[in-house]
Amino acid sequence: MADKYDAVVIGAGHNGLVCAALLAKAGIHTLVLEANERVGGAAVTRSFSQGYSVSAVAHLLYQLQPQVERDLGLKISVAAENLRTVALSGDGNHVRIDGNDVYGVSDADKASYRDFRSRMTRFADLLNTYLNKTAPRLTKGAGKSDLLTLVQLGLDVRRLGRREMREFLRLIGMNIRDEVHERFDSGLLRGAISLDATLGTHLGPRSPNTILTYLYRLAGTHAVLKQPAGGMSAVSEALARSARENGAVIRTGMKVSRVIVQNGRVAGVETESGDTFRSGVVVSSADPKSTMLRLVGSKHLETGFTRSIHHIRARGNAAKLHLALDGLPGIAGVESEEFGCRFLIAPDDHYVERAFNHAKYGEASVKPVFEITFPSFRDSTLAPAGKHVMSAIVQYAPYELRAGWSADTRETFWKLALKTLSHYMPDLERRITASELLTPADIERQFHITGGHWHHGELTLDQFLFTRPVGGAHQYAMPVGGLYLCGAGTHPGGGVSGAAGRNAARVILRREKTA
Amino acid sequence: MMVIEVEQGRLRSPFYPRQARIDRLNLWHDWKGYASADGFYDTGIEYFSVRNSTGVFDISPMSKYRITGPDSLEFVNRLVTRDMRKLKPGRVAYAVWCDDAGQVLDDGTVFHLQEGVYRICSQEHHMSWFKTAALGMDVTIVDETSDVCGLAVQGPTSFSVLKAMGLDGIDSLRPFGFATFDFQAAELLVSRTGFTGDLGYEMWITPGKAVELWDALFDAGKLFGIRAIGTHALNLTRIEAGFIQAYVDFLPAYATVRPGRSRSPLELGLEWLVDFEKPNFNGRQALADEKRDGSTWRLVKLDIEGNKPAHHSYIYPRKGAGKACGFITSAVWSPVCKQNIALGTVRTPHGNVGDKLYVEIYYQREMHWSKVISQATVVDKPFWNPARRHATPPAKF
Repeated sequence: MADKYDAVVIGAGHNGLVCAALLAKAGIHTLVLEANERVGGAAVTRSFSQGYSVSAVAHLLYQLQPQVERDLGLKISVAAENLRTVALSGDGNHVRIDGNDVYGVSDADKASYRDFRSRMTRFADLLNTYLNKTAPRLTKGAGKSDLLTLVQLGLDVRRLGRREMREFLRLIGMNIRDEVHERFDSGLLRGAISLDATLGTHLGPRSPNTILTYLYRLAGTHAVLKQPAGGMSAVSEALARSARENGAVIRTGMKVSRVIVQNGRVAGVETESGDTFRSGVVVSSADPKSTMLRLVGSKHLETGFTRSIHHIRARGNAAKLHLALDGLPGIAGVESEEFGCRFLIAPDDHYVERAFNHAKYGEASVKPVFEITFPSFRDSTLAPAGKHVMSAIVQYAPYELRAGWSADTRETFWKLALKTLSHYMPDLERRITASELLTPADIERQFHITGGHWHHGELTLDQFLFTRPVGGAHQYAMPVGGLYLCGAGTHPGGGVSGAAGRNAARVILRREKTA
Repeated sequence: MMVIEVEQGRLRSPFYPRQARIDRLNLWHDWKGYASADGFYDTGIEYFSVRNSTGVFDISPMSKYRITGPDSLEFVNRLVTRDMRKLKPGRVAYAVWCDDAGQVLDDGTVFHLQEGVYRICSQEHHMSWFKTAALGMDVTIVDETSDVCGLAVQGPTSFSVLKAMGLDGIDSLRPFGFATFDFQAAELLVSRTGFTGDLGYEMWITPGKAVELWDALFDAGKLFGIRAIGTHALNLTRIEAGFIQAYVDFLPAYATVRPGRSRSPLELGLEWLVDFEKPNFNGRQALADEKRDGSTWRLVKLDIEGNKPAHHSYIYPRKGAGKACGFITSAVWSPVCKQNIALGTVRTPHGNVGDKLYVEIYYQREMHWSKVISQATVVDKPFWNPARRHATPPAKF
């Protein structure tokens, strides 16, 4: 028995859902197949201990493209927004960042930060226009719209004015460390910005193009941090609702094992349980490597293309730590009402770079960096009354750990993480009643993301715009008829933004209408 | 300056101990790291041994890759443009393989050694490409270039030589077939293949038995005019046969930098090797597009007036035409055909069979250069293609 649909979307991650909702809205009979029992992919709320829930991978919302919300009329209720950032200091003299203002630093740093924010957000806005468009084709097959986009990009850069254009071109390939050293004296401020530029990547502050990753973070909403009510599932449930209301069918617990290809065209998908769904259009929100090498298979592809896909760098480096606490820990210099903030442990950029040094050689950081939230502080649904959960991104925990990820190495990393945390929160350890640590290897296994990488592929200039996921296949259509990608591995990249899913849907609607 | 001393820079063929004894010229060149002889005696003598008796050419430097594993057929079939499902064990196929853009990387022979075991032989090295083509497939690729050495035994008496060597059953070996024989407790593989366009065989054996094979072969061939030949003589014969050569008549696509310098199989006259009916193969889409839209280049065989070889000549569509439409890649005065022949590449639509083109031949007499414009007719058949090449069993001498 084979069910027939106009389009099958593989994966109900946020991009898959955005794409499916937009396809369904345009009248395409769309089926979404999700391997896990819940929709959301890596944007999902999960219980990790009786009574304690937490956003499993992504834990803050700051990149969702306004266009996506507008197109789908999304209403996402938030438990908190405009979260402040507290860059923790061992001595209690923390630095606090709130929008364009920073506290706890010199007047010169304050002024410089405002200037820095203003410039960065301007550049991020410029970038954002192109994140919401299909990256233009440069060579064979370039059409009028490709040329227009290119010309527009050139004009937009030029329109910044001579000084700002030069500054943009100077910065775009640069590393964040050089910029924060030029601008700021405060180690904590340098560290906080360095951390933001490298979160979720296999990059350190001195790695080239960490300005680009910083701009990417700011694009869309200028990194205004939100905490969705009930965790990240609020976002994915809203998207799933929108998809269903538009007529899409979503089936969970259905792991696609194979994309069926006949005579160079997709004919449908097959699931692990043996179900077959026929469709002339298959859209995968899985990462490019999984999709092309595992689900499609190299025999249906060109050798050179296979090589390019194989060479996509997608080594996750961010672990996720969840702690169930019987109460909030004490942090010197932090008032109890401040626990709704985002806390960073990155005392300066050298600390971040040193943490990354280990990762370069396949070792986990001895002194990791952290992005910490206590989501239960603002959202009582996440923990029993009086109790709390802590959700932290811990870097660096390289996917390709030389010793390999095992119960032992996970335990070792957990202890190192706790040691660093305890330095800032001395009573933390005795407040822990349960914990969960997801290494990139766990994220790969549980969320079916190659390398456990947030962006499904490193976000660097060589894997950006025209070359994401690979050159010549950057416009969502893959070189198998009817096959499309719509996930974070495509332009523009990852983060809970929905841009890739939206761009892909627009391409699919245009192409399949003319086909 | 520091010079790193190595014991041996250029490899010797396992047959070298015997080649050294007969070598009168000491002319060697590099073939993928191996020393390969230009000739041993005289190009003319060696050439005529192939056409009149038997010439023996050392093909040991040929790159050889052994493909095994459950997906070996799938691998080979996706690699080359021909349908390998039709290649039965015991058979050999001439094939080309292309990059994504349908541009030729190399040509060579594919041996179906036994069910699911293949050997690919080619002039160039391809391990990197093959490894990439094997991504996602359960195959093992072993470079066995130095584990297998070989001799091409070519010419009208070659069958009689092998018969005299005692290879029972060689009578029934058909073109593009192979058979194995016991040779002094080693396996001797004999395929009816070659690069001369004549009756001939290629013999493959472990390097440990190379000298013994050479001795047995030359012993058996003594009365049949057997003679070792070098690359110069072989080159004459392969042009007569209309065979193309990498780096001469085409460039492997990954050796080109400028756009338009590589060639597709359609542009090399190898459309008969491209099977659009078979499952996906590398370059398929690009080749289908090219077939629909037309090719840019066409390889032509030319029969040229006069007797001056048209080395490196420009080809013109008309006498006095200002703009050339192509150029010669291989040229020779063919002693057996008594024809001035060449292979060339011309822009389409020029070069249809029967077209009269013009080549501009420069030649030197006592230091002074002269030029002649000669008419060249496009032909479609090989210049040399004797009936004995295809006869089974071949005639005895």
